Order: sequence, then C-alpha cells, then structure tokens
Amino acid sequence: MIDEGLKSELQKQGVYVTTLEDLYNWGRANSVWPLTFGLACCAIEMMAASMARFDLARFGAEVFRPSPRQADLMIVAGTVTKKMAPLVVRIYNQMPEPKYVIAMGACAISGGPFKQGYNVLKGVDRYIPVDVAIPGCPPRPEALIHAIMTLQEKILAQKLTGPDRPRHLNADVASEFPVPAYGPHDLEPSKNDAVWHPPMIKR
Amino acid sequence: METLEQIKSHLEAALPSAKIEIVANECAAGERSLLVDAASGFAVAKFLRDDAQLKLDYCSNVTGVDWPDKELTEKIKVKQVVDGVEKEVEEVKKTIRPGFLEVVYHLYSMALKHGPVVLRMRTENRADKTHLPSLTPLWRGAEFQEREVYDLYGVIFDGHPDLRRILMWDEFVGFPMRRDYIAPDDFEYEPTPHDEVLVEAKKHYPAEPKAEVKP
Repeated sequence: MIDEGLKSELQKQGVYVTTLEDLYNWGRANSVWPLTFGLACCAIEMMAASMARFDLARFGAEVFRPSPRQADLMIVAGTVTKKMAPLVVRIYNQMPEPKYVIAMGACAISGGPFKQGYNVLKGVDRYIPVDVAIPGCPPRPEALIHAIMTLQEKILAQKLTGPDRPRHLNADVASEFPVPAYGPHDLEPSKNDAVWHPPMIKR
Repeated sequence: METLEQIKSHLEAALPSAKIEIVANECAAGERSLLVDAASGFAVAKFLRDDAQLKLDYCSNVTGVDWPDKELTEKIKVKQVVDGVEKEVEEVKKTIRPGFLEVVYHLYSMALKHGPVVLRMRTENRADKTHLPSLTPLWRGAEFQEREVYDLYGVIFDGHPDLRRILMWDEFVGFPMRRDYIAPDDFEYEPTPHDEVLVEAKKHYPAEPKAEVKP
C-alpha cells in the first residue's frame, strides 16, 4: 500500500497514484444506476429527488433504467404488498451483480402503518438483503440522497479479494433468492430464513 | 329530488312484488336508505336508473358490510302470578339476529344533478347463501367495486361479467374483511407491541427460564 503522505506529495507534483481496488470502487460508486421502480407514495419523493430541484445527478445516480438487466440499485420505494412481494424478488433476481437495495420509507422497512394488515409484507428484508434503510413516511428527497451517499461509502469500502469480498466477486455465494409462492393466507414461505432473522429484543 | 317515501311508493306501484324498506340512520347526517330484497334488487335498480323523475345514471360507490350474528336484548313486561297476586314483571328477552352480508350502492344523477339515493341489499346468511344480483349490467362502473366486495367479503354477484378476485391473489382462501377472519400469524418481530398485537407477539417470545428449585 502506498503511504498517504507520499500519495498527497505526488499529487501536488501532478502524479496520481492509486490502487486498482480504489479505482474500481470509485468508478462503481459514482455511476449507480437505479431501477425505475416505485410501489407507492415514496416513489413520488424518489422522482422529486431525481428532478432539477434535488438533482440526484450530482451523485451519479440519475440514470434510472426501466429494465432490471441494466440496473445496479433497486430502490424499494413504498408499501410491498404480499401480492407484489414475489414480483419484487423476481425483479431483484433479474438484476445483474453487483446489485444493491435501498429500502425507502417505513413500509419497505417494516410494513409501516400497514404492518398489522393481512396483506402487507412486514419489511422487504424478509426476502432480499437490504443495504441501506431510510426511515420516514415518506422520507424527504434529501434522505434518499443521504442513502445514496451512504451506499457509495459502502461500495468504496468493499474489498476485491479476501473472505470479506462482496457477493459478486464470490462465485460460491448465490446471487438469486427464492421467490415466495402465493399460499392460501400468506406467502409461502412467509420469510426467507437465510436472509432474515427476527432481531432479538431484550425485555 | 323526490323524497325517499315518494320513491318507495313509486317503486311499490311499479313493482308490486318488491319488498322495500326504508332503513333509518341514527348518526348526525341521518342519511336514510332503501333496503331491497335480493330477488327484486335488479328490477328496482333498473327502475331507479330509467325513471324520468330520478334518472340515477351514476353509481358512485359500492360498499360491502359484514354483520355478524348479534345478540339483541329487549325488556318485555310479563304478567306473573306471585303468591296469588298478579304482578307485572320485567323480563329480559334475548334473541340472536343471524348475521348477513350487506352491499350498499350510492346512486347519483348526472343528468338531473341530484342524489344520492342509497340502495342496500342483504344476503340470506354469511355462510352458503351469499348470492346477490349484480348491478354491473346497469352501471358499468360497479364492475371492479363488486369484484372488490366479492374478494374481501365473499358476496357472490349473479350476472357479473367477470367475477374474480381483484386485490388478493387468486390462490387466496377466505374473505379478509369479514369480522371473523383470522390474519396469518407473522408477529415474530414487533418492536413496540401493544394491545392485540402484544397478545399475538407474546406467543413468539422465548419461554421464560424456569426458576431453579433448591432441594
């Protein structure tokens, strides 16, 4: 690894030194392409974040793609009903690696105000891994921008090699997740045990 | 617009076989409604739509209501002979009103700018006789709303062109808006449970360790 002091001294002389890992992550972090995918009112805030006033383009994430095949980031913006959940998982499976998920708003995190309903999934993290969760009902566009910046930090910190390397660099880890089936009263299974465990609460 | 009593008398003149009641409403708005029997429901609705005085050409809303079995108590005075003396004694009589499903239509006239007229129909019971005539052939806008009432309450609309579930998935069993529907138990993680949710969430709590009994 290059010494930080030397690196900065070289930069002053017009020589830029970096590592392949930094370059690779820098490129990925600054061109996150989200999927054009909104489920409820949070999607309105997502649209606002990408428009002129809040200008998501400043963070390289303005290219909303209508196809999961071309997207890196799924912003789950809104209530995930049990009827919609298998489709969300299927769209996530169709995205190529590396892929990331932002759960936007109270509904996508936990079911939100509809948590006790019979038809709303209690958090999209029951089926797919969530990288960043934004609370709020709905979160303001600034909160979404903050989530994208948090995701960028997460991408920049990823290692190319070693046991901690991300899923897309590890051939042994599956990148697709089982799609739940419609059951007589609930989805079957009602959660993916490999992804989600109910957090232990001390009472 | 004509009053509900006038509409009722017109209907009874035009359709002698129809059984029509005016249902009172105790709330502040006091909006009363016409209760029609299922057999003549379609004919009554067609009259309301086509009558020159009413022309109720717009069905704004279709609602389902679930009425479970209800215990009614009423006090009645009974004459009893106590110790050779005849006395009036109050007695509480309990009767069980069998449950039923109800569908409410709100009808307006776009042509004459009046309304609403509220039309109600009731099924015989909540179990097997839940058929009602569909009013979709009269008001096309009722199609999706009747499907929703079928989906969530289980009212079967005879004459509906495409009666399928609309909100729940096709494999779903049961009718989730009925009062006795039991929702699936997915209360594994409730950070702030209270009331009914607390009762449900407690079923998922780990069993408390038993206190050690010292010999």
